[in-house]
Amino acid sequence: MIVELGHLALILAALVAVVQMIVPMVGANRGWSDWMRVAVPAASMQFALTLISFLALTYAFIVSDFSVLLTAENSHSAKPLIYKITGVWGNHEGSMMLWMLILTLFGAMVAWWGGNLPPSLRARVLAVQSSIAVAFFSFILLTSNPFLRLEFPPLNGNDLNPLLQDPGLAFHPPFLYLGYVGLSMAYSFAIAALIEGRVDAAWARWVRPWTLVAWVFLTLGIALGSVWAYYELGWGGWWFWDPVENVSFMPWLISCALLHSAIVVEKRDTLKSWTILLAILAFSFSLIGAFVVRSGVLTSVHAFANDPDRGIYLLWILALFIGGSLTLYAWRAPILRSNSVFASTSRESGLVMNNLLLVVSTLVVFFGTMWPLVAELLLGRKVSVGAPFFDLAFTPFMVALAVILPPFAILPWKRGSLSQAMQPLWGVLALSISLGALVWALQTERSILAPIGIILAAWLVGGAFMELLHRARIGKVPASETLRRLRNFPRADWGKALAHAGLGVTIFGIACITAWEQEDIRVAQVGDVFEVAGHTLRLDDVEQGQGPNFQFQRAHVSILRNGEAIAVVTPEKRIYPVQQMPTTEAGIDRSALRDVYVALGDPQVGGGWAIRTYVKPFANWIWGGALLMSIGGVVSLTDRRYRVGAPKRRAASSPAGAVPAE
Amino acid sequence: MVRQVWLAALIAFLPVTAGAVQPDEVLDDPALEERARAISAELRCVVCQSESIDESNASIARDLRLLVRERLVAGDSDAEAVNFIVARYGEYVLMRPPFTMSNAALWLSGPIFLLLGGGIAFAFIRSRSKTVEVRAAPLSPEEQQRIQRLDAD
Repeated sequence: MIVELGHLALILAALVAVVQMIVPMVGANRGWSDWMRVAVPAASMQFALTLISFLALTYAFIVSDFSVLLTAENSHSAKPLIYKITGVWGNHEGSMMLWMLILTLFGAMVAWWGGNLPPSLRARVLAVQSSIAVAFFSFILLTSNPFLRLEFPPLNGNDLNPLLQDPGLAFHPPFLYLGYVGLSMAYSFAIAALIEGRVDAAWARWVRPWTLVAWVFLTLGIALGSVWAYYELGWGGWWFWDPVENVSFMPWLISCALLHSAIVVEKRDTLKSWTILLAILAFSFSLIGAFVVRSGVLTSVHAFANDPDRGIYLLWILALFIGGSLTLYAWRAPILRSNSVFASTSRESGLVMNNLLLVVSTLVVFFGTMWPLVAELLLGRKVSVGAPFFDLAFTPFMVALAVILPPFAILPWKRGSLSQAMQPLWGVLALSISLGALVWALQTERSILAPIGIILAAWLVGGAFMELLHRARIGKVPASETLRRLRNFPRADWGKALAHAGLGVTIFGIACITAWEQEDIRVAQVGDVFEVAGHTLRLDDVEQGQGPNFQFQRAHVSILRNGEAIAVVTPEKRIYPVQQMPTTEAGIDRSALRDVYVALGDPQVGGGWAIRTYVKPFANWIWGGALLMSIGGVVSLTDRRYRVGAPKRRAASSPAGAVPAE
Repeated sequence: MVRQVWLAALIAFLPVTAGAVQPDEVLDDPALEERARAISAELRCVVCQSESIDESNASIARDLRLLVRERLVAGDSDAEAVNFIVARYGEYVLMRPPFTMSNAALWLSGPIFLLLGGGIAFAFIRSRSKTVEVRAAPLSPEEQQRIQRLDAD
């Protein structure tokens, strides 16, 4: 009964979405304010109905109602409660429901807090947002209905893929979807602005926080996925350039570019049509991601059960929303010309270069990801494009970005001089290079990677904070005055410094782990003591046991210092009988300077166990940097100009009930 | 109980591996082993999804790893060992597509986009900064005279 109610709520939500797509848009074009106002309650109702539907599905999973096809295929009564709940989105249909829940939530938030938007803009934004919802509601109802019943329910379910039975599933997909779907807001605002024919500083001030929210979630979502892969896959890889990782990375790169170009629109009223294009592209890459994951055109570890019908339906959605928006863009963008001027050495130019590097690197990832498909269709060749290609083709862009970032971030708007911008940075540069040289001299292997990474990292972190100190006139005014200035900086400035420093920290972690990771593979008997990269380890014992829905073999490995155990790690091998699938859980002793990472292998014929040990220097800095970037985003979101609310457009430029743009 | 024992046995004998390279595969010569690892990271496990044979625990990946090591022990150079595998499994096993005519579009995509985008960005910045210079240009004699006339009024 509850399941049927959920099904009904989903259908009603789709109908509300159809109304919300049409009525406010007509109202905005005709200047009928009552038609425009329909969007607000409709958006709230759409969200409420989707929430009911989602909760009904969750209920079916929690009570293990195996008369529902989806539950029978993806759940099991013996599964711990948390995995029954997270299992809702551990499959194609349920994850689409999560996608819809977030999509309608964002729409509702514009309805609730968009009171200071011009009525016609709000109506159009909500109508566009709802058109996305209509496309995906119909996709769910026609090709991926989660509420289908079984005539003869099985006694128990098929269980969730054991790799997904991990706390990571509780956070990684929701954060990622908040990011992907959050970018739909920027898209809706861009389309609405194209229809209205107006983009100004106020528009940018509304779009930027939404993009920032999406970007923060996307950053965290990607980082969480990386952490999860690191401890789950048994050898500590944290990024694989797998197609599905790539399709999450592309919207991230584009939304980075969008965040930066929106600042130019906001502060300098230029780069308008480019910013609109980025907003369209950012969400388009989200849609491409959804298509790639769900159609299975590029198979990967993430691909949900694929089905050609779904793929073709998604391809239509893709063609409609990407093709349609780009056509609208080509038609309307020329009216968005701006004529503000800036010198070639200015912060504007720096942000243009930032955009250039980010967009070109996105295209490289896109080309690499799609190349196997293109080569097979056009050339009839089966080729692979893997990590070695991306490492080589992508990294130079990030290096270039890191090199130019600090001076251009200091440059003033309109016109500046590079020598002036570099003045506070010479010290940082000298320090970074000497650090790099020191590392080069100290390290035993002659790898150039780590010194370069360390130079870039110190350059970014030092540059970010030197910028603040320089602007607080450190050394030129009394310390109390510097402190006062630092306190009074807009929070956006602190956010900028934190995010840029975060990039440096991530680069540092990546360079160190790539250059200095050490590995040891051996057969160890219980009681054996062995050395790995300066660490002494002892295999204490291996026990067998029974988890809630799996069997495990668990080793106890002590990390010794002067004969005393300073840490014990417990790597595990598990087998989930329902799916007959083995998984590994690494034992990791984490610390700021290094992770000792132990994985348990097979028992050996002559006794003993295969043990793999890695010492991974500065591993946690990779994700620490991502966390710092997100914190920077959040700090920036609390900036006064967003808290106080976007300013009203000047009355003169915004006639009530705006006239149709045509 | 019987079921439990059976499962325990299953755990023990399934090729449940953490990571890929097994202790019995490792070559005695560390230099040779290091070369084998580097080669393995560039070869795709053909039944897996974007995993190299160095990362995969599929049995075919193990076979390929052993094959690579066999070739190296037999005295092959890195390139010869890779070619040996490519000759049997096709270009598909290479994680990094070779720079050939058919893959040129892939390899050149980055530089071409950079040049193209850089050209557009350069032209854009110049057009904007030219306007600055025009605005900053000194007044012509006629304009000076006009200002003086206006001041006089």
